[in-house]
Amino acid sequence: MVKKIYFQSIFFSFFFIKEAFAAESGGMPQLNPEFWVSQIFWLVLTFGIMYLVLSKLILPKISNNLESRKSQILENIEAAEKQREDSDAKLKEYDEIISKSKLEANNIFNQAREKALKDIGAKREVLDKQIDNEISEAEKEIDVLRKNAPDKINKIAIETSSELLQKLIGAEVNNSSISAIVDDLSKRNGDKYYGN
Amino acid sequence: MAANPMSQFDVYRIGPEIKVGAFDISFTNASLFMILSTVSILLIFNLGSKKNSILPNKIQLLAELSYTFVSKMISDTAGSKAKPYFAFIFSLFMFVLFCNMFGMIPYTFTVTSHIIVTFVLAAFIFIGVTVIGFFKHGFGYLKLFVPSGVPAVLLPLIVVIEIISYLSRPISLSVRLFANMMAGHTMMKVFGGFVISLGIVGGWLPLSFSVALTGLEILVAFLQAYVFAILTCIYLNDALNLHH
Repeated sequence: MVKKIYFQSIFFSFFFIKEAFAAESGGMPQLNPEFWVSQIFWLVLTFGIMYLVLSKLILPKISNNLESRKSQILENIEAAEKQREDSDAKLKEYDEIISKSKLEANNIFNQAREKALKDIGAKREVLDKQIDNEISEAEKEIDVLRKNAPDKINKIAIETSSELLQKLIGAEVNNSSISAIVDDLSKRNGDKYYGN
Repeated sequence: MAANPMSQFDVYRIGPEIKVGAFDISFTNASLFMILSTVSILLIFNLGSKKNSILPNKIQLLAELSYTFVSKMISDTAGSKAKPYFAFIFSLFMFVLFCNMFGMIPYTFTVTSHIIVTFVLAAFIFIGVTVIGFFKHGFGYLKLFVPSGVPAVLLPLIVVIEIISYLSRPISLSVRLFANMMAGHTMMKVFGGFVISLGIVGGWLPLSFSVALTGLEILVAFLQAYVFAILTCIYLNDALNLHH
């Protein structure tokens, strides 16, 4: 019920306002030519002055500001570009120096290695010769010893067998006959005892 | 008086009556708001162009953004040949924009809601553009009325239509701005009147409308200034670069 009254009041007041406006409005003031000349005059005056001031004083300044900022930014970008190029060149130089020195170091290392290898080779040759000499001398000695060994062994065998015979038999035995037997034995079994 | 939504458009004298010959050029509330608009434009742009810092402050940014906005609008629609007319179109755009915006403040007067003001601007543009067109192209400018690729049978009709549309340019240009401003302000006034007459009980609905309309009208104020300027650019483009 309250709602109804509320909306009714709104509705009716709309009506009254429309009535009031209809009664009051007497056309558009825009179409009243009383102040047309005045409006034209003041429009031309104010707009003209504003146009002159804007076009002669203010807009060139703004355009100047914009231009100078643009050129300054461009300059800065150019300078930055230049610095970047400089740093690039320096980086290249640095890289070159590094690679050059690396190469040099490699060379020095290789030379040193070659020299060391040469030294080692020379020393080894000398040592090898010495060792060879010693080995050959020792071999010679061994050869001499080996050649003499059967004779000595025969001699010892003869002496021992003569002494043995003397103790067993109690009589002197002819050394020559013993040696003949030993020689015969050693010849038969020499390979077994003295062969290499 | 205040209840009449049209009374906000009344022009009245401020100070004495000034007469030059038969013409009344008295200082009126319209003159006051024209002066207010131009003075604020000059003030803002003077402040915005005074100092040239690499990092602009707010007012300088405002001035420079407006500058680039208008210059981009001109170069987009009328090309590079329209550069000499930049200052005029810039002034025009700013003047219309500031007059529209000043009208949005309660109890102010909207200069651009008067047909005579917008018509003078539009007529000046029309005459200027026509003079530029004839100056640049001679009588070749009349080719504007003869579009290419039209069958010969239709040509007389098309030419007549083109001439009428050309001649109606100042009217459409001025009426568009004036009618938009007047309609918007009248509507706001009507809703404002509803708020008072419906009182505390029913006034909230028209009040909310009024608030929404204020936002819309601010948009319209900007949009109409933009449309006014861009149509000027388009007319100028016709005069400078005859394509037909």
